[in-house]
Amino acid sequence: MNRTKSLSGELLRLKEEIHQYAVDYGLDFYPVLFEVCNYDTVCILAAQGGFPSRYPHWRFGMDYDQLSKGNTYGFQKIYELVINTDPCYAYLLNSNRTIDQKLVMAHVYGHADFFKNNAWFSSTDRKMMDVMANHSTKIRRYMERYGQDTVEIFIDRVLSLENLLDVNVLFETSEVKSNRKKFQKLVQEEEGIEYENERSSASLRSFMRSKIGEKDEDIEGPKEEDSRPMQDIDEIYKGSRDIMKFMMDVAPLKEWEADIIGILREEAYYFLPQRMTKIMNEGWASYWHSKIMTQHACRASEIVDFADVHAGVMAMSKQSINPYKIGIELFRDIEHRWDTGKFGKEYQECTNMAEKESWYKETNQGKDKIFEVRRSHNDITFIDEFFTQEFCERQQLFTYDYNPRTGRNEISTRDFSEVKNKLLSQLTNFGNPIIEVETSNDQNRGELLLNHIHQGVDLDLNYAGDTLNNMFALWKRPVNLKTVQDGKQVVYCFDGREMKTRS
Amino acid sequence: MDHPIKRDHARFRKIVKGRVRDNLRKYVSSGEMPIPKGNGQFKVPMPSIDTPRFKFGDQKQGGLGQGDGDQGEPIDGQEGEGEPGQGEAGEGEGSKELDVEMSMDELASILGEELELPFIEPKGKKTMESTVDRYTSIGTVGPDSLKHLKRTYKQALKRQIASGVYDPDNPVVIPIRSDYRYRSADTKVEFDNSAVVIYMMDVSGSMGDEQKEIVRTESFWINLWLKSQYKDIEVRYIIHDATAKEVDEETFFRTRESGGTLISSALKLCKEIIDSDYNSEDWNIYPFHFSDGDNWSTDDTKLCLEILDNEIIPQSNVFCYGQVESRYGSGQFYKDLHSKYGESADNVILSKIKNKDAILDSIKDFLGKGK
Repeated sequence: MNRTKSLSGELLRLKEEIHQYAVDYGLDFYPVLFEVCNYDTVCILAAQGGFPSRYPHWRFGMDYDQLSKGNTYGFQKIYELVINTDPCYAYLLNSNRTIDQKLVMAHVYGHADFFKNNAWFSSTDRKMMDVMANHSTKIRRYMERYGQDTVEIFIDRVLSLENLLDVNVLFETSEVKSNRKKFQKLVQEEEGIEYENERSSASLRSFMRSKIGEKDEDIEGPKEEDSRPMQDIDEIYKGSRDIMKFMMDVAPLKEWEADIIGILREEAYYFLPQRMTKIMNEGWASYWHSKIMTQHACRASEIVDFADVHAGVMAMSKQSINPYKIGIELFRDIEHRWDTGKFGKEYQECTNMAEKESWYKETNQGKDKIFEVRRSHNDITFIDEFFTQEFCERQQLFTYDYNPRTGRNEISTRDFSEVKNKLLSQLTNFGNPIIEVETSNDQNRGELLLNHIHQGVDLDLNYAGDTLNNMFALWKRPVNLKTVQDGKQVVYCFDGREMKTRS
Repeated sequence: MDHPIKRDHARFRKIVKGRVRDNLRKYVSSGEMPIPKGNGQFKVPMPSIDTPRFKFGDQKQGGLGQGDGDQGEPIDGQEGEGEPGQGEAGEGEGSKELDVEMSMDELASILGEELELPFIEPKGKKTMESTVDRYTSIGTVGPDSLKHLKRTYKQALKRQIASGVYDPDNPVVIPIRSDYRYRSADTKVEFDNSAVVIYMMDVSGSMGDEQKEIVRTESFWINLWLKSQYKDIEVRYIIHDATAKEVDEETFFRTRESGGTLISSALKLCKEIIDSDYNSEDWNIYPFHFSDGDNWSTDDTKLCLEILDNEIIPQSNVFCYGQVESRYGSGQFYKDLHSKYGESADNVILSKIKNKDAILDSIKDFLGKGK
């Protein structure tokens, strides 16, 4: 059953045209394969994160339900879908107008360039299409063997950990990994512990587990669990934010369970860079669709339609910021500043606003600069470095707070540093609380203690309780969480029945 | 074969159904009713079915916006909408209320499963036959508007191949008169069984808003179940204090009168309605009476029992009396009925509804006999 078709006729001609523009602008990407499909198929693909084949799980069904409903009622519409693979797959909706298709293609080339060149994507597996399909097969097999409900419930639990990742793992180059491995080996040798006899079973395990190319290193994990005192587990994992890996290595799990955590962890890390570069990625793609369309691809008769669609994408909202809008404006601002010399020590230290405003030095480094930025930054560093007071004012940004008296959210300030701080705090740790492993032998009772690094916003307690419940099911001993609630430090303990506060 | 996501989808629907079933008691007792959407679907308010994760709490943490406006200017909501916790704002991953749609049959089956309700055996021969035409077969004659082109051309191709006219190098297929195929109707006999529910309610002063809310919730779920059991269902409403009148649904739940209570007035009207509109040979009749149990006099109660005995009960599938507890009601009528019919009467069901939490049990009382 083929739900998608490759391009032909007019669309193929358009693709070649736009491809050429993109190349001429210096965009650099893996080959992009466009496929045409109907809306139902787009909904299916979007629900599955862009991939045609995923493991069976109800949440894909839920997303599909919501997406297709959104379309029926006309609330929302998926315009483009592109996935980070080599070759890069992108989907076009067969019901779109020609102008939409052009815009989407131009936009997709922007994304494709970003996927290939941004440093945070450098360790993502470009053959993810196959990897996902393999994961799907594996999990189906487990379902056949252990029962669909059993496996699905286990997946439900693991998904509770899906946001407990360590962004630094993305940058573990093979060099770093092998260095660490050597170091750990050295430590073990000094301690004179004999591992050889366990090696075979351990390597069997590591073979079972899906990892991001760190199969060797994995051998260390289960070993600790088997033969070393619990303090040593803490030595390795204390402060670790990669809770999924921690659970996979240390929790008392069956082989297939650990394998499933490995599978889900690999997928979570695959999607992580996209969550960390939402503003940049969308901004970059929008920058290029706008450039390609307005300078080349758009015919005079289409310009109004283009403006309409583009304005829709760039719409500002008072309730939240639009990553497309902030992203494209920031890239344009950077280009403009580096074209006109508005950067560097001299410019920064100038205190005369009028002078700053009319600053002009013909530097013409704009284009080089934005390409450089798209290579090395993520959203946080992007905002931190390039979000200026002038930009903040021009974009009319503000922060708002809830006013309990009126029951509404009200604008609280337009102050530059507050806006910037708010923006950065929303982006910190890709918008998720930072949770670290504190000890796996809390109170010397084999309980797990996690530490929430509190940065001003409390955790949602209902969710935290349910999450601890799911973690308990994996850890099989009480799970504790140290956090701050209403300004006071508390430790919540989930002992398998209920969540209690521990004094 | 369908895309595998359809299985994920089916699984999701199953989970949703499970959730609704688990929370049925809560839905029913909080009076939070599924909202009908007009196309036979109901929108069910759904507590989110998210995967639990550590996430930031408190929607009131504020956020970032873009646009005009001075400090202190509200950016969302309506003035005076001061409900705390309503401030829905901020971050993309805010609260995701799930809008789940369920068909009436699904909801009814959940109710049925949860309460273990038996299916209703419609009364005796009182089913009406009707014929329905469905276009499920193919014929050789028919009007042009029903022409089945695919079959026609298939037939033409067959004929051409069989007669050796078909040329693979020039694959032209031309149907002739005898190749034409038309969609044609199969006539099926279906049985209609129709039911009428007659709700009677005491609206005298002693019945407060809470009592009415209970009746309203209860009647919604009773209707839902009966609708799933009968092809066609009519609902009539009667309110009474010392006199009775027939009203529409809206008025039924809104009206509040003061003054005395003569239950017999409602029963008389009920009997008149049955006599004039619903021949008990053809209709399954369900009179429901709700009150707080006060009646004006013992004489009137006597009259009531007479009407019930001689007129209403013989014609009905079952007569149901629900007594909603109120601060003012004496609850005497329940006792009177109980002493006459007892627990085991075949076609009289009595139920006491203490408070909202008891609604579900009382529904079970009424419908649990499969009448």
